[in-house]
Amino acid sequence: MVDLFANLAHGFAVAFSPINLLMCLIGALVGTLVGVLPGIGTIATVAMLLPITFGLPPVGALIMLAGIYYGAQYGGSTTSILVNIPGEATSVVTALDGHQMAKQGRAGPALAIAAIGSFFAGCVATVLIAILGAPLTKLALAFGPAEYFSLMVLGLIFAVVLAKGSVLKAIAMIVFGLLLSMVGSDIETGASRMAFNIPELADGLGFATVAMGVFGFAEIIRNLDHGAEMSRDLVQQKITGLMPTRKDLIDSAPAIGRGTVLGSILGILPGGGAVIASFAAYTLEKKLAKNPSRFGRGAIEGVAAPESANNAAAQTSFIPLLTLGIPPNAVMALMVGAMTIHGIVPGPQVMQKQPDLVWGMIASMWIGNLMLVIINLPLVGIWVRLLRVPYRLMFPSIVIFCAIGIYSVNNAPVDVILAGVFGLVGYWLIKHDFEPAPLLLGMVLGPLMEENLRRALLISRGDWSVFVSRPLSAVLLAIAAGLLVLAVLPTLRAKRDEVFVESEG
Amino acid sequence: MNWCGRSLASASLALAALLSAVVAPARAQDYPTRSITMIVPFAAGGPTDVIARIVTGHMAQTLGQSIIIENVVGAGGTTASARAARAANDGYTLITGHMGTHAASVPLYPNLAYHPEKSFEPVGLLAGTPILILARKDFPPKDLKEFVTYVKANAEKVNAAHAGVGSVSHVSCQLLNSVLGIEPVGVPFNGTGPAMNALVAGQVDYMCDQIVNAVPQINAGTIKAYAIATPERNPSLPNVPTTAEAGLPAFQAQAWNAIFAPKGTPAPIIAKLNAAAVKALDDETVRKRLLELGSVIPQPADRTPEALGTLVNNEIKKWTPVLKPAG
Repeated sequence: MVDLFANLAHGFAVAFSPINLLMCLIGALVGTLVGVLPGIGTIATVAMLLPITFGLPPVGALIMLAGIYYGAQYGGSTTSILVNIPGEATSVVTALDGHQMAKQGRAGPALAIAAIGSFFAGCVATVLIAILGAPLTKLALAFGPAEYFSLMVLGLIFAVVLAKGSVLKAIAMIVFGLLLSMVGSDIETGASRMAFNIPELADGLGFATVAMGVFGFAEIIRNLDHGAEMSRDLVQQKITGLMPTRKDLIDSAPAIGRGTVLGSILGILPGGGAVIASFAAYTLEKKLAKNPSRFGRGAIEGVAAPESANNAAAQTSFIPLLTLGIPPNAVMALMVGAMTIHGIVPGPQVMQKQPDLVWGMIASMWIGNLMLVIINLPLVGIWVRLLRVPYRLMFPSIVIFCAIGIYSVNNAPVDVILAGVFGLVGYWLIKHDFEPAPLLLGMVLGPLMEENLRRALLISRGDWSVFVSRPLSAVLLAIAAGLLVLAVLPTLRAKRDEVFVESEG
Repeated sequence: MNWCGRSLASASLALAALLSAVVAPARAQDYPTRSITMIVPFAAGGPTDVIARIVTGHMAQTLGQSIIIENVVGAGGTTASARAARAANDGYTLITGHMGTHAASVPLYPNLAYHPEKSFEPVGLLAGTPILILARKDFPPKDLKEFVTYVKANAEKVNAAHAGVGSVSHVSCQLLNSVLGIEPVGVPFNGTGPAMNALVAGQVDYMCDQIVNAVPQINAGTIKAYAIATPERNPSLPNVPTTAEAGLPAFQAQAWNAIFAPKGTPAPIIAKLNAAAVKALDDETVRKRLLELGSVIPQPADRTPEALGTLVNNEIKKWTPVLKPAG
């Protein structure tokens, strides 16, 4: 414990040097901007800024890159709430209730609660990294292919629960998402699947491409649709208070707490941790709510929980990097690249060998979160005022920003065309009451699910029993089965409600 | 209407200016007169990217023009290579290719949109990255000899991890397997990070990988290294024997990185670029940073465009029988 305080004190001493404070602020600002601009993802930004860090001292460079990463989690919710375009995979669920709140004139409270939730989650997760970083590493190592597969199954069940309308349509969308995720190279043989000899499809469809299409472009087409004229005006006129009311805060507090816990745990897992965390947090809130039908219609918990979860996950995803030296996702891999360029190759001893770097970064995360909440809360007013911009000016700007963002991911013009195609598909889906969120979750989880299924079966030589003989995997599958039964059988759900009423009484 | 006409006029003027800049004959003695684009076929921060950035940073000083790195990822680097092959051969678009894109791709991708020899002019070899044979820390064999006996006896049971079809770890493990005459189950991961995670966690038995990210893990004892597949030991891992010392001289593999220009790039421009690359490799700072990465800096005789041409030719011959077409 004494060590911990000494280390943290050392970290704060490093992080409070003027240059590192400046780097942290730049990172937070760029991150917010990246999050706000639809389509421009953190991976592309960190990759673009990597060369700039050449000339910087390594600690400052990494503090800045880390700031961009978690800063984007703050900003990512902004477009989700205001214009129903999730900037990052992790803020897809935020759009569900966030945008409904905006439509009811409550964009201010939605944005504010997202920032407050993110701040709380960020602070807790930072402390968690400092205290429990090393022991939690075991979790990252305990998760083998079989466990991942089971976790992904659980994730897909979450997607069913997400739907506010027909369960059958939600399942159809998940399956459609899974199918889309199969476009690209087969992981085992490298053979091309459903790519139609288009070289740009050889690596599959990008998340940004599909998300911008089915959410962004489809939403714009729908808004330009004659019948939607009225609801748009509503968004512009009905703006009430900017800050959350007392009731909002009381409603959100438990959701923020639960979101933080879920996000912190799932963030440690390499791969899609943060995405699953946001979906899981939303599902949990909907399941715990006394009146689940409020969700999807502007429930503030539906914004608070996933936003806390994704920010907590963004922070704890540093744990495998800082303790094992292994990057758990693409952004972290870029950070390893940044370290390598500075002659630091991270490994299991990085904490002992680079205390300045590790503790400086941990301390900077807390400072960065504070900066972000200070940056973001006053911005709420500006964002809300943006809603008053006439739509004939707003929609071309959104289209341009989306197009630039999509292009910047792979420098590929084909991606922009594809996003346009998905815009039309998305419009058709909206018109027929299919919700795009389960589709995106299916698309994000699909590859992880398929790859881990095949890895697990390769290692077990085709023996399916690994999924139930490994305890962690069995538990996850059991939870998934339980959730599915609850979601699919309405009669059973009714009975469950009775049981709850009885036990409460 | 007026506005429209004016903007059209200015647009056509701009277009004319642009055209004249492109069409103007590239005079080799003036080269380079503007910035050069260096395509790196992998993500920023990866081994190839880091090497390209270290070397081109110095080359830019020599050439007096900036070199802009453009990371184009996808399909094992073949998307980027195809794009570089189609680029204008005026010396302003180059590519840092490696063992995968400019040799192993030939047998791996039957529909390759370019050919390493027919579509490119070799410029110069930058650095080699040694390949190691790595295993989980509690894998029974103690040294390479035991490893060979063990995997041959248990070929049905052992799992080899790799970072995806066409990756250096996949390609080099295929070579190891063909040398040993075994076909173990290869477990594919998305990149070296997840593959290393699985090895550290003990979910897979062994893998072949580049030295860069393995050194800290080996030093911390989370994984073990049986041998390094180069003729000489590496200064960053002095205790790891070479494959020749450990009794498997047939397994020699290095992931090399080299600069290529589109076919037909004028010889004087190639010579200028090669001279700049050679100068960079003689620079103390560049050498120090490359050595820190565990890279092997090529000897002067191996740095000429001709030597690179021979290397590519030999490597294609080496990998073709080892790698079955993937798709």
